[in-house]
Amino acid sequence: MTNHFSNEVPVVLAIDGLCVSYGIIGVLDNVSLEVRRGEILSIVGANGAGKSTLLKSITGLVRPASGSIDFDGTRITTLRTDVIVRMGVTMVPEGRRIFPDLTVKENLELGGFSQPDKKVHRDLLDLIVTSFPRLKERMKQHAGTLSGGEQQMLAMGRALMSHPKLLLLDEPSMGLSPIITREIFSLITRINSEKGISMILVEQNAHMALEHSHRSCVLENGRITLQGPSGKIKHDPRIVEAYLGV
Amino acid sequence: MEQASYIAAQVINGLQLGAVYALIALGYTMVYGILRLINFAHGDIFMLGAFVAYFLISRFGMPLYLVFFATMAVTALSGYLMEKIAYKPLRNAPRISLLITAVGVSLFLEYFCSLRSIFTPDYIGFPRPFEMETYNFSPGGFEFSFTNVQALIFAITFSALVLLYLLVYRTKQGRAMRAVSYDQETAALMGINIDNTVSLTFMVGAALAGMGGVLYGIAYPQINVFMGIMPGIKSFIAAVLGGIGIIHGAVIGGLIVGVSEVIVSAFLSSTYRDGVIFVILLIVLLVKPSGIFGKRSDKV
Repeated sequence: MTNHFSNEVPVVLAIDGLCVSYGIIGVLDNVSLEVRRGEILSIVGANGAGKSTLLKSITGLVRPASGSIDFDGTRITTLRTDVIVRMGVTMVPEGRRIFPDLTVKENLELGGFSQPDKKVHRDLLDLIVTSFPRLKERMKQHAGTLSGGEQQMLAMGRALMSHPKLLLLDEPSMGLSPIITREIFSLITRINSEKGISMILVEQNAHMALEHSHRSCVLENGRITLQGPSGKIKHDPRIVEAYLGV
Repeated sequence: MEQASYIAAQVINGLQLGAVYALIALGYTMVYGILRLINFAHGDIFMLGAFVAYFLISRFGMPLYLVFFATMAVTALSGYLMEKIAYKPLRNAPRISLLITAVGVSLFLEYFCSLRSIFTPDYIGFPRPFEMETYNFSPGGFEFSFTNVQALIFAITFSALVLLYLLVYRTKQGRAMRAVSYDQETAALMGINIDNTVSLTFMVGAALAGMGGVLYGIAYPQINVFMGIMPGIKSFIAAVLGGIGIIHGAVIGGLIVGVSEVIVSAFLSSTYRDGVIFVILLIVLLVKPSGIFGKRSDKV
């Protein structure tokens, strides 16, 4: 994807000097980044580089030691997760974390938990059902009986039910076959272009991530070592060698 | 025929006791479901309920239906405060710290309430809010009877259960409770306020225990600050027997425990009435640790 986000496009999310540690072990070290409206930013890095921790600190599931996170001009660094979600940030967690004993429909409805208006809730549900036809046939089924790809779609649909402005995707291709992975990624780009939702995409599959994002950050041992338009990073010799396995 | 009538009478007595255990077991099971915490102080909330009702009836002559509402409100508030003061600061602590704290809260409530300036360490008589009446039936020569106290206990327990089911399975808050009990982090990502949901669970559990306390006082009219210990443990066993975290499991478990206890004391010896419950616990743990209705072994 080409990077067409000039400086005039407003910043949705701004992270500045973020440090996170679990006990004495530092996980994120002085991470700063920005996401502009309608942009997909991918975070590429090895296992344990701190990618998931970064997303968890944005959604308030992990408390940073220092640094700040601003969403839409509001400081959200210390807010509670449900408050952040209500403001319009949500996450599709790693491993999907659907509610297996609830039906597909109940899972989607839970995603719209913070939506006070019943009509908006119904319209969103209709919209998601039409954009995920595979889920439509399975509305009454227990979510645990879905295939991996369908569960990923459900997790994404569930996140969209909160009507987010910023969607965080943690390893959407995890455990999926190459064909399903491609399907999921084309869904991601479609949601982004049709609804203009900004996204942060965390992926171990660097190739897919670079292919389906406007800009990318490379995270190594908790530090951002490289960032720029995905089209450029894709050809950076260090990246080609370390992540694209050429 | 006489023997059959005697057995029937004992089963009805057992169900009466079991219904009270069921009310307490519901609180154990709900709190466990949501926080994976065995709240050992839950039996003391039951005691608190009995004492509050005692004061409302003997000091203020409050009508019975109001006694129920007021007692449940007071115990719900105590459950709320207990969680906020004792357990919430430990939300991210190792689970063993919570368990030890629960034992501490339990001891605190028992000994604090036994101060003469609060309640009293002595046994006191619970005032009868109404005259006891016995209804006799003899369909086809088979005699059995039950009392208005038993009718009240069954009616109230049953209605509480229906209301609880509606709350958990038909309301938005109930859906939030179920989501939090499955997966706290993901529930928060759905926009669910975890703290409020946990508070609500404690309050509902404590209100039910308070209700159990009032019913217990009416049925077995002697109350004491340590009265919550044994029913608390037995109700906990009832919750384990039915499958901890499962609402109808707690009710069935409570009824089984109550009936076993009464049957054993009627036909064997009342010395064994407590012992048999622990035998039940041992059997459950050996044969099916997840309980009667438990699907899988719980991942702790």
